[in-house]
Amino acid sequence: MMALATVLYFASLRDAAGVASEPVDADGDLSGLYELLRTRHGFALPRERLRVAVDGEFARWDQPVRAGSEIAFIPPVSGG
Amino acid sequence: MTKHFSLSDTPFDTASERAKLLDDRVGGFASFEGWVRDHNDGRPVHGLRYEAYAALAEAEGERVLTEALSKFDILDARCVHRVGDLAIGELAVWVGVSAAHRDAAFAACRFVIDEVKSRVPIWKHERYADGDAGWLHPHQT
Repeated sequence: MMALATVLYFASLRDAAGVASEPVDADGDLSGLYELLRTRHGFALPRERLRVAVDGEFARWDQPVRAGSEIAFIPPVSGG
Repeated sequence: MTKHFSLSDTPFDTASERAKLLDDRVGGFASFEGWVRDHNDGRPVHGLRYEAYAALAEAEGERVLTEALSKFDILDARCVHRVGDLAIGELAVWVGVSAAHRDAAFAACRFVIDEVKSRVPIWKHERYADGDAGWLHPHQT
């Protein structure tokens, strides 16, 4: 089942995507979605170096993409 | 509920942050300040920008402070992190911890800054003297 969700991009992922967010129509899980978007936008970072969040909370990569959700891919952080 | 972690898009006053942590039970106060320096990895830096995923950064920052309060024998703790454009010499992050005794204050302060640096979704974009610029995505150490 395809689900329409919103993806948020930060830092180098936003630079590569050229947008801060975009709608995606996807099926499967969050890891599959990242691989799809990585191919589309040419993200340098492999999934193993990222975390993923759904609706403002960290999530598991094997979670399915839910319709209406807000998904954020979290590159390695560098605050402090 | 008291907020222990906050993001600030303007310079903030550490004296008033510190005052919030002090009362008659306090025997020791420890703080850490992170400042914008003029170099990184041997390259001259002209300035930087911090970007946060604000909703998640505030939630995860709050979790770090809550963990510190349960893990160490401390009375209170706070952390403020800047976002936006910062110049060399500006304060980037402040951690303050109050406790009855110094050991717990030092240990909790160290814990908070280490966990914030490794877990909270904030990213640093550096502008270098040679005109280059880029996001820092460090490997976990």
